[in-house]
Amino acid sequence: MSVKVLLPNAFQKHTDGAREIESKAHNLPELIAEIESSFPALRPHLRDEQGQVRRFINFYVNDEDIRFLGNEKYAFKDGDEVLVIPSIAGGSCCCCSYCGREECVCC
Amino acid sequence: MAVAYELRCRECGKTYANTPLSICEECFSPLEVQCDLDAARSTFTPDTIAKGPSSMWRYQSLLPVPEDYVPTTPAGWTPLLHAPRLGKRIGANHLYIKNDAVCLPTLSFKDRVVSVALANAQIFGFDTVGCSSTGNLANAVAAQAARLGLKTYILVPADLEPAKILNTQVYGAKLVRIDGNYDHVNRLCSQIAERFNWGFVNVNLRPYYAEGSKTVGFEIAEQLGWRLPDNVVVPMAGGSLITKIRKAFRELVTLGLVEEKEVRFFGAQATGCSPISTAVKAGTENIEPQRPYTIARSLAIGNPADGPYASRCIRESGGWAEDVSDVEIVSAIQELAETEGVFTETAGGVTTAVTARLYAHRRIRPDELTVACITGNGLKTTDALAGAYDEERAIRPRLADFEAYVEEQSGDRELVGGANVR
Repeated sequence: MSVKVLLPNAFQKHTDGAREIESKAHNLPELIAEIESSFPALRPHLRDEQGQVRRFINFYVNDEDIRFLGNEKYAFKDGDEVLVIPSIAGGSCCCCSYCGREECVCC
Repeated sequence: MAVAYELRCRECGKTYANTPLSICEECFSPLEVQCDLDAARSTFTPDTIAKGPSSMWRYQSLLPVPEDYVPTTPAGWTPLLHAPRLGKRIGANHLYIKNDAVCLPTLSFKDRVVSVALANAQIFGFDTVGCSSTGNLANAVAAQAARLGLKTYILVPADLEPAKILNTQVYGAKLVRIDGNYDHVNRLCSQIAERFNWGFVNVNLRPYYAEGSKTVGFEIAEQLGWRLPDNVVVPMAGGSLITKIRKAFRELVTLGLVEEKEVRFFGAQATGCSPISTAVKAGTENIEPQRPYTIARSLAIGNPADGPYASRCIRESGGWAEDVSDVEIVSAIQELAETEGVFTETAGGVTTAVTARLYAHRRIRPDELTVACITGNGLKTTDALAGAYDEERAIRPRLADFEAYVEEQSGDRELVGGANVR
């Protein structure tokens, strides 16, 4: 069994340019572990200080958000196509746009 | 000339020179534009702004464009209407409508963000631009790209309202209907933007695009006489607008144009697509995606990119979020039109209905100064009102027939013989 995984451009700086991999993973946690072992340089960028996969990274299986399919519980099927896409947001709120700090010191 | 803005990662703080990029290469989080407020101090004053154009470009020195940029489209500077008749109905003594139903050139607030995005598309040298859209953005990109001579690819969900499709095609844009909802369309656009060297206004140009929303906040403050309201009620789709209005208010406070004030931010969604209001009510920034099912298709984004920021913005400000049913949306469209003469689209119905509920639930007090943001025009979603009114039968062109008609309508002879009849 294998699934095809398409990686975003943003990852390529840390994957020696790889855009697509074949994976034997059975579920999302296994897939993330496999991506990290294949591309060790990616790991510190993929996870936050608490070791959690960053919240802006989304996973899709055959066009469907994996969160609608059971997220980590979803069992990959042979031939699944997994898309990894970071959220594109332009928001702002938590920090001062002047001093750039969450705990604003200037206004 | 140094450019007084740059890109900065919202999460890790890494900065980037201006480039069509929306995701941090280090932590894969969103980038946003950071304007140099010090550089704007001399040009961003009430006097210089008052001498500027009657458009959003009066705030040009806090928008991410070069100092010598010459705008070609007069978007923004829409009316801020006092709304006493709607206010009386819902128990609001100081209610204002920010009326972007009449924003030029395509009658929605998206004209503001597209103006900034396409300015940057030209600066970056793109000859083709595009977007994923629930309709209003499609109209705005198509119109403004036509004016700039740019080629366009616009991707929309296949079930979009016919008026919004026509209002895109008429400008000569290439419109691609996608068999899926907005979230499918948006994801596809992310992939396209990585493959093609095109400027997608809400993908690789998004940090610049989003800054255009600040002008709603700048205008509200200026139109109130350079002061901030107590509350703002904002419709939420991707969740960007509400955070950018807050950013605008903060920039005005920092530059001393308004007195500091803790404005409370209230978000409005349709119950059929309410991931952000659900998160606010649950007291979290974690957005659980939803499959949209609502007539408010311009707000039907089930996986809102700025959702976590919008939720944080609302909760930090002491505000709240509400969501309303499709029936309430239609009633609110009618109520706003009947009381204030403003015909808004379904998203405006959402804002109006949520505003009424916030007063009813005492989340907003009657004497507070509240601005409700109406972001689109009702002429684009007339299908929402299908069946709301009976088709009037025709009468003969005779005065007797008209009198009989009025009598039948009113059931009151006095009206026919009353003071209005000479």
